[in-house]
Amino acid sequence: MSQETVTFTLDGVKVKATKGQTIMEAADAAGIYIPRLCWHKDLPSGGNCRICTVMVNGRPAGSCLFPVEDGIVVENNTKQLKDHRCQVVEMHFIEGNHYCPSCEASGECELQALGYYTQMLTPTSPYLRPKYEVDASHPDVYIDRDRCILCGRCIRASEFLDGKCVFSFEGRGIHKRISVNAEHNLGETNMEASDRAATICPTGALMIKRTGYRIPVGKRRFDIHPIGWDIEKKKKSG
Amino acid sequence: MATRKIVINPVTRVEGHGKVTIHLDEEGHIGQTRFHITEFRGFERFVQGRLYWEAPVIVERLCGICPVSHHLAASKAMDVIAGAEKITPTAEKMRRLMHYGQTYQSHALHFFHLCSPDLLFGFDAPVEKRNVFGVIEAYPDVAKKAVLMRKFGQEVIKATGGKKVHGTGSIPGGVNKNLSKEEADELKRDADTMVDWAVEALELCKKIVNADAKRLLEFGTFESNFVSIVAEDGCMDLYDGNLRAIDADGKIIFDQVKPADYLDYIREEVRPWSYMKFPFIYPLGKEKGWYRVGPLARLNCATYIDSPIAEKERKEFMALGNGRPIHSSLAYHWARLIELIHSAEKIRELLADPDLQRDELVVTGKKKNSAVAWLEAPRGTLFHHYEVDDNDQITMANLIVSTTNNNEPMNQVVKKVAEQYLDRKKITEGLLNHIEVGIRAYDPCLSCATHALGRMPLIVQLFDHHDDLIDERVRG
Repeated sequence: MSQETVTFTLDGVKVKATKGQTIMEAADAAGIYIPRLCWHKDLPSGGNCRICTVMVNGRPAGSCLFPVEDGIVVENNTKQLKDHRCQVVEMHFIEGNHYCPSCEASGECELQALGYYTQMLTPTSPYLRPKYEVDASHPDVYIDRDRCILCGRCIRASEFLDGKCVFSFEGRGIHKRISVNAEHNLGETNMEASDRAATICPTGALMIKRTGYRIPVGKRRFDIHPIGWDIEKKKKSG
Repeated sequence: MATRKIVINPVTRVEGHGKVTIHLDEEGHIGQTRFHITEFRGFERFVQGRLYWEAPVIVERLCGICPVSHHLAASKAMDVIAGAEKITPTAEKMRRLMHYGQTYQSHALHFFHLCSPDLLFGFDAPVEKRNVFGVIEAYPDVAKKAVLMRKFGQEVIKATGGKKVHGTGSIPGGVNKNLSKEEADELKRDADTMVDWAVEALELCKKIVNADAKRLLEFGTFESNFVSIVAEDGCMDLYDGNLRAIDADGKIIFDQVKPADYLDYIREEVRPWSYMKFPFIYPLGKEKGWYRVGPLARLNCATYIDSPIAEKERKEFMALGNGRPIHSSLAYHWARLIELIHSAEKIRELLADPDLQRDELVVTGKKKNSAVAWLEAPRGTLFHHYEVDDNDQITMANLIVSTTNNNEPMNQVVKKVAEQYLDRKKITEGLLNHIEVGIRAYDPCLSCATHALGRMPLIVQLFDHHDDLIDERVRG
């Protein structure tokens, strides 16, 4: 059975897509980058971070979840949306404790890269400076909740890729946090360093131990190309 | 006696925030002098709970002038924690290159930007002239070279650490990069010139000192013990070695003390009026055990220097002491410039070493829970001591930084200079600057010593015998 093709408008440009694709998937295929944090190519969409919100026929929708339909009009690269994304990124920095200068994820961190991408400058709201303890109880992996943005990638990776359910969300609102499937800490779970969940965090919240700073400055992922470059190059290369 | 109040604004050219108080007795003679450090320390607490491999990158943020020292001292300690008993030749040489690059830029910065205005224009010269801009105007060639020398040192740091300031090149067990042939060739182009300019800087310093030798070499002079790291054969070594202490006559107090044993030999005293602790040689006690570190201490402690021009200059310098250590505070500048030459010579030597292009970068071994490491930072011996738990988290950190080691000597130099220049004399801008000149000889980095952030003015206060404030000057 041949796949049904639909056509929709993205920032004024007609884009062909396959029915069933999300707006983000169709935009990626067309070489148009829509910023995202909680989305990962190997995971089902979570719709948690809201960075990828676009306007569909004038109404906001998460592009990682919303399926393309024939004739819809999607806005992505507008001043309003760019401002909103910058503000969402800024709120992540305010709600956590993100010390980029000494963070071992620096240069590899998608949140930091989005800070640059959205041209976030000095935060416009006061830092909340929550107090968290590092969970280093596991011999090979540690959790630094200061850096957690509650994207849920580790939860989905553990469940769908590792078949383990090591992580889940706990609490509501500002008290929401990543918890582990154990009485006390990560060291009591069946987590292993080889789990996909161990390397899927977009920030430095879930890290493999004793590997920090191995990549020199200048060779790190976002030292070389800005975030979204891999998608946008498809468009440039035609 | 009428109460007078004078405010100096600004007091500059030291790294940090300090306050000097001078107390006069009933006859108006100098009684007690204190060099207060009023910043609050915090980094030893910040690193608690953090993972041990983060320490080299966290603690280097103590300072923007010599972050490499903290980066490397923490890395050396974490080598021990990571079980790397011996790092690879490539890793050690990359770290040494980074360290010499830093010593070169830091010493050049201190001599040209901070100290040369006093030496070139005189301690009493008007403040509007006696600054780095005055040097640029009156000695444009010297100033240009100063900028380019710093730049060279920073380029060496960038090539080894990834960034000119606060790099990440050194990691537990080794380094994260080697030096490519292209990077080495780029730096080699300037290496000879940097040695030549360092020699020129020393010649300039010697010319100034020799023109007024008696006054300058007696300025702020007092006798003390000296401490520095030396190699096993007594050679000066800025990156690694064991601890040696000598007394005022040059006799060995202890030698070849290993880092893990430092607490048997060095302790710190807390005094209520300063955030900076007072280290002392434990077997000698608090009263007699204080010592000096830094370039002068290193020259006095070392048996020889393993680079030819610096060794020739060391011999000429040591001849000033007639067989005893040199005790003059301003001799620190002279010694610093010999180290500037030494650093340039070592950079040139290392750049020609093919080991820097090899790929064996990191080793690991059986983890340990406690580590002490040290090196000779530009301003003196730097101690890093960490305890790490079984979860890889740091539970304790003690950093004895170079400036802290020189705490009591800086109190002594203030007293000496005050006795020489302030006693019952009219207080002038130039006279009070003598105190700063004395402190500046030790190149103090007060932000390092107390691990503080923020604005850092220096305050000088003069008290009468009733402890009433009669003079105050604030700069910064």
